[in-house]
Amino acid sequence: MNSRNWMRLVLPVLFIVLAAIPFVAQVVDEPFYVTFFARVLIYALAACALNIVLGFAGLVSFGHAMFIGLGCYAVGILSHYGISNGWIQLFVCIAVCIVVAVLVGSVCLRTSGIGFIMITLAFSQMFYFLMVSLTPFGGDDGLNIYESSNFGWFELSGSSEVYWATWALLLMLALFLNRLRTSPFGMVLRATHINPRRVDAFGYSVFRIQLSAYVLSGVITGIAGFLLANLTAFAVPSYIAWHLSGELIVMIVIGGIGLVTGPIFGAIVFLVLEEVLKGWTTHWMLVMGPIITFIALAGRNQFAWLKAIFNRPSTAGAALKTRPNGELP
Amino acid sequence: MNAPSLVIEGLVRYFGGLKATDEVSLQVRPGELHAIIGPNGAGKTTLINLLTGELASDAGRILIGDVDVSDQPVQQRVELGLLRSYQITSVFDSFTVRENICLAARRRRGVRLAVWKPLTRDLESMQVAERIMQQCQLTHVADEAAANLAYGQRRQLEIAMALAAEPRLLLLDEPMAGMSAAEGVAAIELLRSLKGQYTIVLVEHDMNAVFSLADRISVLVYGKIIATGTVDEIRAHPEVQKAYLGDDEDA
Repeated sequence: MNSRNWMRLVLPVLFIVLAAIPFVAQVVDEPFYVTFFARVLIYALAACALNIVLGFAGLVSFGHAMFIGLGCYAVGILSHYGISNGWIQLFVCIAVCIVVAVLVGSVCLRTSGIGFIMITLAFSQMFYFLMVSLTPFGGDDGLNIYESSNFGWFELSGSSEVYWATWALLLMLALFLNRLRTSPFGMVLRATHINPRRVDAFGYSVFRIQLSAYVLSGVITGIAGFLLANLTAFAVPSYIAWHLSGELIVMIVIGGIGLVTGPIFGAIVFLVLEEVLKGWTTHWMLVMGPIITFIALAGRNQFAWLKAIFNRPSTAGAALKTRPNGELP
Repeated sequence: MNAPSLVIEGLVRYFGGLKATDEVSLQVRPGELHAIIGPNGAGKTTLINLLTGELASDAGRILIGDVDVSDQPVQQRVELGLLRSYQITSVFDSFTVRENICLAARRRRGVRLAVWKPLTRDLESMQVAERIMQQCQLTHVADEAAANLAYGQRRQLEIAMALAAEPRLLLLDEPMAGMSAAEGVAAIELLRSLKGQYTIVLVEHDMNAVFSLADRISVLVYGKIIATGTVDEIRAHPEVQKAYLGDDEDA
């Protein structure tokens, strides 16, 4: 019970701390921090979205960078043609993400396991090379965005605006996912991960439920891309590269699969670590690799690595260990 | 009476060259408890899988009430009230007992757009869940994760989930497999209390249970039904004694 109360405080404390960052940055006169943490929050948003399929449904999508790219290019291409109305851009971003997610998801979800990983990767790579070869939109060099998304009363014109927009969206998403987790839809979605056959035997359509989750996840990831384009004023194919898909997965693994705030912590830890190590040595990946390996080994669920450090007993871990496997036939 | 009949006509299923289900024909009356017995490997679970639609049949017809479901997918058969329990416990381990049962109870209304209110706060599902937990003696472990239950309780939860989904036709695949004697007695009592409410097809190795519960029994050997009849008829059937009761001493 005690640790559950402690868990409840995690979300408000986290968002209060995040809300303080722009003010701290102002006090220490380091506006770079706002830009940096805006990027962190955008990745956190994408990682949370990916966690809907990866954490809840156990579907390892290795192509979520595609949706970030779709969001980026929705802003980039529309503003290229002089449409900087944020509402139109957002509408196009969401509509395109829905259409692509339904099409891609319908194909990918016919497979599972390694097949699913490979096909999602294949689709995002196809989109990557499509954007590389589309020279009207900058090709490999990307597309500069000269006008940021304008929502009328609110314009994503600077790092600080993007920061607050992302902060608010991330908070809403975290609260929503908290509810989703135990809602009928969320429970059935998680159940498809545990035992899809049984879910089918109750008359739920595993395919439709997984597809809905995939589309939801894709749209939110697309919105993260939308914000990223505004932050960097740039839409470039490297946002669609598979590294980014991989990094999102690593963030979730660091933060803990199945926990709503996990991916947010994962994104913070990953990007801060990267930034610190980069400033320290050019061979930062040599250090980063072992750290991530340690975290992944130390705990495969829900902050077990933190708990291991503080020596807290993990109830989730205990439940897994007691799973009886030797049932009689 | 809300319990439909189940009619199987000439059902065939091959696994490669093996005819796992061989021209099975069977008529289960509305509200009847029909037991299917047979030695290991006789194709009992295969028959259940064919009935639920988890396996496709190669020939033959299946009718639930008046509806021919031979070519229909699992979902549409569930829609007609066909629910099953599994021989190998298939509960959702990381969910609590209550969550498991609520999930089953929710099936008639689906989960479309139900993304906010917790499943276990859903009044309708909860009422069903409470009733079923009482019936299956699971109330005292309602908030326990299914993974932490004792073996017998997991078996009870398995049945409870099928019941919570509001079946009309129940397929129970060895519900007592691996239960202790005391748990077995409790399970027999539970099944007895269900008799008449649903049409039940019971696959079971426990002869005690079968002979005390069944209205009629069919004997399945090498994928073929070799006899169907009342308890006394099956007991006396020479071929049954030879093929099953005689050879295969059962606990």
